[in-house]
Amino acid sequence: MKKFRTDLFSCSGFLILLLVLPKFLTNDYYTNTLTLSWIHAIIAVGLNLLIGYAGQISLGHAAFYGIAAYTTAILTTTFSLPIIAGMLAGIIVVAIVAYLIGIPTLKLKGHYLAMGTLGFGIIVYIFFNETISITGGPSGFTGIPRLNIFGFKFDSDLSYYYVVTVVLTLIIFVSLNIINSRIGRALRAIHTSESAAQIAGIDISKYKLFVFVLSAIFAAIAGVLYAHYLSFVAPSSFGFNFSIELLAMVVLGGMANIWGAVAGALFLTVLPEFLRTFENIEILLYGAILIVCMIFLPGGIAGGIFKIMKIFKREKAVDAEKQ
Amino acid sequence: MGISSYLQFLISGLTVGSTYGLTALGFTIIFNTTGIINFAQGEFVMLGGMLSVFFLKWFNLGLPVSISLAIITTTFVGAAIDRLAIRPAKKNSTINLIIITIGVSILIRGIAMLVWGKDTFSLPQFSGHEPLHFAGAAIMPQSIWILVITLLILMSLKIFFSKTIYGKGMLACSYDKKASYLVGIDVNKMVLFSFMISAMVGAIGGAILTPITLTSYDAGILLGLKGFSACIIGGLGNPFGAAAGGLILGVLESFGAGVISSAYKDAFAFFILLILLFVKPSGLFGQKSIKRV
Repeated sequence: MKKFRTDLFSCSGFLILLLVLPKFLTNDYYTNTLTLSWIHAIIAVGLNLLIGYAGQISLGHAAFYGIAAYTTAILTTTFSLPIIAGMLAGIIVVAIVAYLIGIPTLKLKGHYLAMGTLGFGIIVYIFFNETISITGGPSGFTGIPRLNIFGFKFDSDLSYYYVVTVVLTLIIFVSLNIINSRIGRALRAIHTSESAAQIAGIDISKYKLFVFVLSAIFAAIAGVLYAHYLSFVAPSSFGFNFSIELLAMVVLGGMANIWGAVAGALFLTVLPEFLRTFENIEILLYGAILIVCMIFLPGGIAGGIFKIMKIFKREKAVDAEKQ
Repeated sequence: MGISSYLQFLISGLTVGSTYGLTALGFTIIFNTTGIINFAQGEFVMLGGMLSVFFLKWFNLGLPVSISLAIITTTFVGAAIDRLAIRPAKKNSTINLIIITIGVSILIRGIAMLVWGKDTFSLPQFSGHEPLHFAGAAIMPQSIWILVITLLILMSLKIFFSKTIYGKGMLACSYDKKASYLVGIDVNKMVLFSFMISAMVGAIGGAILTPITLTSYDAGILLGLKGFSACIIGGLGNPFGAAAGGLILGVLESFGAGVISSAYKDAFAFFILLILLFVKPSGLFGQKSIKRV
């Protein structure tokens, strides 16, 4: 119960911070980058539940993100369904696909699981590219309507930023509650040792499937938000590279830390925008920064912050002793 | 479609499959000594091809010299990666090291783009481009080169791992690092060698494939992915399984493209891979590992 209250407190603080943040931004471009960061953070938080807590690597989450984005895009544009229906359909389709893919895939372990999810991601990416009559192929799908709920239109970028921020906070809150619950303990047990968890009476395949589908649903939520935000989707946003980037967000942010995933997503979304001023050497710098961060921050951003906090605490303790 | 076109699919599949196999071999060598999947493996293949073109076109060194220089340079790139990026992070977890190799692959791609731009390049075929005819199928001499060189590399690696002291040392590291260290094997050196050998094998693959498939700064991504799946098909950690996995993948892909649809060529290869993983989760030639808790 105490944890619940701290989580509620930290989430409200986070929400308030994020909601006032745009007031200090001078440029719409910054708001756009932040909106995109929070959309990525939604996926990273889900992926962290899967990789950081349950220890199951997925290199195919960009596919779930893409399936949801394309589903709502096609339903709302080609078939003119209401946006809410399109978004819900996107999330439901992904949940079903993740469930069906998860049953055989989660029997695999380690690198084999990585390859299985990677293969799935690549197949989906190729379908986005080749089914030109439905998805528009490599040139993308245009004319997706902007979000519009109960007659309220989210036309401005700022209003959309608020929507995404609220959804992200809800997702973080739900995730924090999950990891502090019986399910979270089961997931961590599976991460440590599957056999031991099984002996302790945990239905490991049920929990693994649960967290896989849940993380796919988070990716789907991000996907439908993305489609109605940009009003344009193209396969290149949902390819293998993005799956890798998502993994990097989780690891760089700090495994098994929800706030770390948010930090990782923010860092890796803002970084390329920042590097754009360096034109030709931007990819090169991106790679170099990734290497340096991983060498010197093995626990990710969250791990680094904990380290600093520990040093401060120790100094305080030393001070107290002196007095 | 007659027998001749099937034969044609088989030959082109084996040709491309050989380079998948060589890439997979590189993955396996590094995986065996370090336990990490080196995502920069495809970049070694790209460097092998691009550097060969570079030495040939800019310095006019002739094909054999250019290719040799390209292979040597790439081998040193492999050594540099180990010394500058992997060794400083040795104590970090495996997934950290994997992200580092992803960073390295992005870095190498960035440098290649900066130096050579986004154009595609090609090398001349080693012995002309007059196709040989065999039972109605046309065989490029380059295909024979690729197959023969792949076989030679496989054989020399087999000898290296079973007969030389360094090869045995590397094998020992793959079984148990701590025990190898205790019996006096320099584990750091073995990891360095594994990076150098896999860079070399990758570069050779790149140099022999470039005459038929062209190359560009980002050619490494897809080759790396295919190599990785070839590894998994063969059973991770088994060098000969990896080579066989590459050939199988190449042939399946070639038949898929020819018989079903070339647009879904890559999807077809990965689809087969998924089915295989579901049926036999440890790869075709992988042994079921027994782990004690």
